[in-house]
Parts: sequence; C-alpha cells; structure tokens
Amino acid sequence: MKRRQFNKALAAAGAAAAVSPFGILHAQAQKLRVGVLLPRSGYLGFIGQSCQKGADLAPEVIKGMLGVDIELMNADTESSVDTARTRAERLIQEGAHVLVGAFDSGQSAAIAQVAEQRGVPYIVNVAAAPQITEQGYKFVFRNFQTAVDIVRNGLALIGELFQATNSVPRSAVFMHVNDTFGQAMAKGIGAFMPRLTQLPFKIVDTITYDPAAKDLTVELSKAKSANADFLLLVCRLNDAILLRREMVKQRWNPMGIVSPGSPGMYEEQYFKTLGKLSEYSISNVPWYNPNAPLTRTVEKAFLKRNPKEKLVFHGLNVGFTFEAILVAADAFKRAKSTEPKTLADAIRQTNITSKMTLGGPIKFNEKGQVEGIGSACVQNLDLIPKVVLPANAAEAKPVFPAPYYKKA
Amino acid sequence: MALGLSVIFGVVRVVNFAHGEMMTIAMYAASVLFAALGLDPFAAMLPIAAAFFVFGYVLQAGLINPFITRPEHSQFMLLVAVAIIMVNAMLMIFGPDARNVQVDYQLESFQIGSLLIDKARLYAAAAAVVAAAALFGFFRFTLTGKAIRACADNYLGAKVVGLDVKRLYALTFGLGAVCVAVAGCAMVLLVEVTPSLGPAYTLLAFVIVIVGGLGSMGGALLGGVLIGVSEALAGLFIAPSAKSMFSFGLLILVLLLRPQGLLGKRS
Repeated sequence: MKRRQFNKALAAAGAAAAVSPFGILHAQAQKLRVGVLLPRSGYLGFIGQSCQKGADLAPEVIKGMLGVDIELMNADTESSVDTARTRAERLIQEGAHVLVGAFDSGQSAAIAQVAEQRGVPYIVNVAAAPQITEQGYKFVFRNFQTAVDIVRNGLALIGELFQATNSVPRSAVFMHVNDTFGQAMAKGIGAFMPRLTQLPFKIVDTITYDPAAKDLTVELSKAKSANADFLLLVCRLNDAILLRREMVKQRWNPMGIVSPGSPGMYEEQYFKTLGKLSEYSISNVPWYNPNAPLTRTVEKAFLKRNPKEKLVFHGLNVGFTFEAILVAADAFKRAKSTEPKTLADAIRQTNITSKMTLGGPIKFNEKGQVEGIGSACVQNLDLIPKVVLPANAAEAKPVFPAPYYKKA
Repeated sequence: MALGLSVIFGVVRVVNFAHGEMMTIAMYAASVLFAALGLDPFAAMLPIAAAFFVFGYVLQAGLINPFITRPEHSQFMLLVAVAIIMVNAMLMIFGPDARNVQVDYQLESFQIGSLLIDKARLYAAAAAVVAAAALFGFFRFTLTGKAIRACADNYLGAKVVGLDVKRLYALTFGLGAVCVAVAGCAMVLLVEVTPSLGPAYTLLAFVIVIVGGLGSMGGALLGGVLIGVSEALAGLFIAPSAKSMFSFGLLILVLLLRPQGLLGKRS
C-alpha cells in the first residue's frame, strides 16, 4: 500500500469511527464487563467482602448457566458515599457495561445518580432506601426489597413470632442507625406501627446512633433506662456487635433483640466475635431459599472458592449479589449487545424464575423495582442463622423470650 | 493518648498529626501479641511501650528533627505523609478487616449500688492515671525530665547552657510514643482495630488538648475528662447521636473565651 492510499484508508477509518454510533462498537463486545462496587473496607467491610464472594463466583456459574462471558471490574467504595460516586465514574470511564452494588443505601443512591447521568445500567444488589427507585431513573434497577417492604414484612413476622411463641411483650425500645438506610427504616416503622394494631407492643423510646460509632455505651444505657420488654434494632454489623457486648456489660437482659429487617446479626463476623452471645438474636430479612436448585449450584461454587466457610453466613449477601449479575448477564444474552439503552431495555424485560432468593420471579416494574421478594424470620440458634418462620420454611422453632445468656 | 500529643507539642513544638495512626499500630501490636502469645493487652503494655519509645526516638531523631526550624506547614505535611504511610502499611500487613482482643473480664462490670462500672474501662482509666503519674514524676523529679522542661521553656537558653536539645527532643517524642502505646493497649479492649481508625482519634486528641491547653499535661487530663463527661451527659439527656456536637461546642467555647485552653499558658 502506498503512502497516499494508506492515508486515505486511515482517514476513512477515522471518519467511520467518528460517525458510527457507540452502540455498534458496544454491540461487538464478546464479554459483559460488570463493574462491581462494594464496601470492602471501612465499617461495612465485612459485609462488603461477603457480597464480593457472590460476585466472584458469578462469572463461572453464569458461564455454565447461560454461556455468557463476564469480566468483573471490582471497586472498593471504602464504606463512603463520596468514594462510591468516584469509583462508579471511574468504572464507567474504564468501560464497564453495567454496574452492580453497593450494599448500602447511601452509596447506592450516589451510584444511581452517576449511572443515570452517564446512561449506564445499574443493578442494586442490596440497598433498601425507597428513593433509589422512586426518582424516575431509566437505568437503575433493584432486585431487593425497599425499606417499606422490609418493614411491612418484618413487622408481620414479628407478629407471627409472638403468636408462635405465645409471648406478649408490651413495650419495645427502638434503636436505629442514622444513615440513609436507618432513616428509611425508621420512617417505615413510624408509618406502619400505628396501623398494625394486632401487634401487642408499643415503642416507648427511639434512639438513633452513628453506624460507624466506636462506643455505644451511652446509647445502650439510655435504651436500658427505657425499661422496655425487648429491643427493636435496625443495625449494621459492627454496631450490632458493640451493642450486644454493651448489653452484657450493662447487665440488660430484655426478652430479646429483634431486627425488623437489617443486616448485622446473621453475619458470620457477628458469630465469630460474639460466640455464645450471638445466640437468639432475631432478624426478619429477605433471605435465600436453601432448597432452590440454583442455591445448590451457587453453594457448590461458593465452597469451591471458600472451602472453610459456610454459605449460610453469606446467603443473603451472596444470593442478591449473584442475582444482580445474573440479571445483567441474562439481559446481555437476550440483547446481544452492550449498548446501554438496549441493555437497559433488556433488563426491564427480565423474567427469571429459577432464582436463589425467596419470593416470586425477578421481574422489574416500571420503576425498575422487583416486587414480591420474600422475607424470613431468622434466629441465631446453635451458632448459625436458622429460618424459624414462616412455618413452611422453618428449620427450627423460634425461641422467645431468649434465655439469660449465662444460663443459655 | 492526648497526653502524648500534649507532651510532644509542649516540648518539641511539633503537632503530631500521625498520633491516631501511631495508636492504631499499638492496638495492632497488642492484638498480635494476644493472638500469638495469649498476652493480655495490659501485660503487653511494657514491651509495646518500650518498642514505641525506640520508634518515637528514631522517628524524631531521623525524620522530624530537620523540620523543627522549618515553617509549620512543612511539619504538617511531613506528619500527614507519615500518617498516610502508616495507614497504608497497616492495610498491606493486616488488611481492612477489623481485629479485636477478647479477654474474660472484657464483658464484666463492677456493681456499686445501682452503678455499673465496666471493668475494662476502669482498668484502662487506671493505666492512664498510672502512665500520667509516671510522666509527671519523670518531668518533675529526674534531671533528664528537668532538662526537657528547660528545653520547652527556653530553646536558646537550653542550647547556651550546653543541653543536647536534639537528643532531648527525641527522648520527648519517645515518651509521647510511650503514652500512645499505653493508650493503644487499653483501647484495644474497648474498640475493634482497623487501619482507618487513626484520624478520628487524632481529631479527638486535638479537641482534648486544645480544650485543656496545648502543652499542658494537666490540661490534657482535664480536657479528656471534660470531653468524655460532656459527651456522656449530652448523649444521656439530649440525644446520643448529638453527643459529638457537644464536645465540639465545648471546643468552640474554650477557643472563644480562653484561647490558650483551660490550663494552658498565655503565649
């Protein structure tokens, strides 16, 4: 080729690249590049790492299921909203076709803004603040309950718990973290409690606290002074550990600790750190179905990668993170393109019936929210989280009131 | 911990912005000794304090001394850089996971009437009082302590009378590091340690020494008690999540009404 011919060819190629829609280039991608944003360090580090296990096993399992090649692009949000935002920007710049994450509502809301501005699909794995899917976003999807659903299901399960154990606590002290998730949950409880007249208890005091706090002595002593029958707790992991320890130090032994739907008390670190003190804590949360065929597949891959660990401690985090990537891969397979709008449209058409988590199929409504995700009442018994309600899925009978820890 | 910051500033006139990070290293040291040898953090105080004395001495003599006469912003940048290096080194060595130490008495408390006193906190407070008393005694009754005080009072005068100021500064930084080591060993019983723990405690130490009076050892103790009590009372009677607001409110009040701190000397 002569120099003049070469120059012409180069100019023609440049012009073609300049005028070609980005979609054509995207459509040629053979791999789906998934940007995974999780708080792998900072105060949410343990839970972020737990979610990461679900992301890590996803490419292999999904390749076997759908034949789709996935490349993970991992980013640590450091449990910070600002870092989550900048990491999301960077992942998009580096060529992520879809974003997944970020466990925390505040961080997920920040990523959702970035994804919407840049027109890149974002699938929330775990985050409950309702506003994430209430902003009219076109590129944001969530396969997790909103705080409203969590509270509704969680309070209903509390009613079932009291019926199943023939207990009638009259009062509760409500403690909750003051982050985006905690505030959303508090709003939900404030809205639902007056309507649920069948619940026998009243909330006698509400105490908010910083989820990153290193000391909750004052908060706990205030809760104790309310002299309530049980502790209604919306927590994270580290603060849940701090509070449980502080309860022992301050010799406060209420009927139990019940979460209407928050992480923390079913996490592996809660058991590892507290040992016997972790027993009898109750969490009413979206949970995974241990009997689902997909759970068995995922569990096999999980144990291959983490031979010393048990899926039961990571089931929720692994399940919802895996499913978020599954949604992206399924849409990519149908769309045969990574063009953002085409991919987002395909995600909107998702209908996954074979899933790992409890509830109906993964189908997004017009807001990008999956409805009908189920919750379970999970109690720490024999140092593992066990489903105790609903009765048809129960692995053990609920224990309430909890025995005094020294006699347990 | 605040005592160490105050001692270092009072003598060397350098604000140690890596103070919280140094305490975090001490906490990791205590957790490692506990995991490896089953050594109670209070028993680990002596070896860790000795190691920290050497570390502080070398840090001052090798790195900080050349910056003593430089502008304050240079000192600030140096120590912030040291802090960042420490955090990243801890991340590389220990990872982001939290570590803790679990001893039998950690969850126990003494009961006096209706009052419950947390054993670990009581022991930590006792360790702090003993460390402070030893430091007071050292500065008041030993020749080296008096020489350090002379350096703090009059840098030029100390040099004129032939005191080895650089060595005394390094010694002081070593003593400040010992205070940090004692604080770290006590804190590891109360708080889980992560590499990112430092800045919050550096800030807290600053608030305490500014309230008490920069450079005043008694002020650091008084500041610590005042901040602790104000936070606890605000948390109990107003709102727990607003407790930090009160310690910073107290700081602003002190800065407005008595800028040199409660026990600080007017410059």
